[in-house]
Amino acid sequence: MAMTARQRARVSLYVQAGIFVVAIAALILATDWETIGNSVFNFGKIGPMFPGIFVTGLVNTLIYTFLGFIVGLSGGLLLALMKLSSFPLYRWIASGYIEFFRGIPALLVFIAFGYGVPLAFGVSWNITVIVMVSLGMVASAYIAETLRAGLQAVPKGQLEAARSLGMPQWRAMITIVIPQAFKIVLPPLTNEVILLTKDSSLIYVLGLTASQYELTKFGRDGISSLGAGLTPLLVAGAFYLVITIPLSFLARKFESRTARNNR
Amino acid sequence: MNDVVNSSAGSTGTIQAAGVAIKDLRKSYGSNEVLKGISLDVAPGAVVCLIGPSGSGKSTLLRCVNLLEQPNQGTIHVGGFEATDPDVDIDKMRRKVGMVFQQFNLFPHLDAKRNCSIAQTKVLKRSQAEADKVSMHNLERVGLGHLADRFPDQLSGGQQQRVAIARALSMDPELMLFDEPTSALDPETVGDVLSVMRNLAKEGMTMLVVTHEMGFAREVADRVVFMDGGVVVEEGVAEQVISSPTQPRTKEFLRRVLDPTHIDIEE
Repeated sequence: MAMTARQRARVSLYVQAGIFVVAIAALILATDWETIGNSVFNFGKIGPMFPGIFVTGLVNTLIYTFLGFIVGLSGGLLLALMKLSSFPLYRWIASGYIEFFRGIPALLVFIAFGYGVPLAFGVSWNITVIVMVSLGMVASAYIAETLRAGLQAVPKGQLEAARSLGMPQWRAMITIVIPQAFKIVLPPLTNEVILLTKDSSLIYVLGLTASQYELTKFGRDGISSLGAGLTPLLVAGAFYLVITIPLSFLARKFESRTARNNR
Repeated sequence: MNDVVNSSAGSTGTIQAAGVAIKDLRKSYGSNEVLKGISLDVAPGAVVCLIGPSGSGKSTLLRCVNLLEQPNQGTIHVGGFEATDPDVDIDKMRRKVGMVFQQFNLFPHLDAKRNCSIAQTKVLKRSQAEADKVSMHNLERVGLGHLADRFPDQLSGGQQQRVAIARALSMDPELMLFDEPTSALDPETVGDVLSVMRNLAKEGMTMLVVTHEMGFAREVADRVVFMDGGVVVEEGVAEQVISSPTQPRTKEFLRRVLDPTHIDIEE
């Protein structure tokens, strides 16, 4: 019996839903619920994590992310302007920097600034400075590309109009082009912050004192001290979502607003 | 539109008009020479319309005058400045030269009044209060005082172009350049923009206008310059060039522009 296109589409939809249900059922049946319950969902023993995970873990994650973002934004803007410069040396430096820091794992950057640089130059940086620099330098590379795209998305006529009014190049960039570029890059920039929030966890490779713990380190610490298996990590993960989901929501809001009008 | 037609005097009372002198100007993009030795004089207070087919180099010529394009050869004098002098203070010169673009190029993140005041405060270092006063005066001058707090995307094309003119006027220019100011407009808003420009001409502003509006050119321009293929083919008194051109290329162009439905069967 021949089916119409609509009937075929419907059957295909049923088949897909069926496969999904079977897969979920198989997963549930294959799971060792007792072990999982003891080692991942063992919420009875995590009491001691509070309120530390709030006042230390969450707060430090936010501080590290914020500092990294400020450095990343400044560095990224500088690199983006260098990349758009008419002076070749600037373009090469910026391209080299971006390729390098985008290409290596952020973990290596943390190790380099946490152990390498203090050894090489005989300086001792405190953790906050190390996070700020490591996170900021990695973020600069990503943010630079985002900002460059945003700057190039501002119509050329805007710069021409500003220059025609007698504004020097730098003034036209600061007053006219950059504010418009920032509106364009707000959604992708929010995504950079989300990535940065998670990358701040890489600080665990450095020796931290208890007051410097951020969420992930807090969770790892809980694994060894609470006897609740991996449950503390699950809690830490939930706190990341507390930060990142509102950010995603904001990003979507910006996106729909810029879609409605370009003001 | 009475407020437009009857508006008077510039922000500083009288317009100080500058002249333009262009000598043997050449401009190439790679091997493509778009200006092949243009000489053109605009007396202070005069209105000169540049007409010609697209690709004739008239917009490029206009953009060379305030150095949005860098000429390869020749000289341009604007008021007391030699634009083609490598040591010229470009920004200082541009303050004297207002530019109006085909696509308006208003700043979308600023309302109409801020569009007019931003360069006054940042470049001329006027106080915000003084700049606002000048901005309002010029917005009223183009008939848009009541829309001063609108953003560009809340204005029609014709209104945006009039704000763009007010923005340029707020810098007290001595010369105004218009690059096809009505080409991107809906037909019904063209008249408002042209009447603002007509008024400006009456007030004694030096104007160099690239346009396809032959009616405007004939009525307002002191002289019309017909360009084709990067050279000036014909120039003269507006009425004479438009009504009784002497060069065959000018005749051909005007016939096409003035009667777009005309089909030349022999071609």
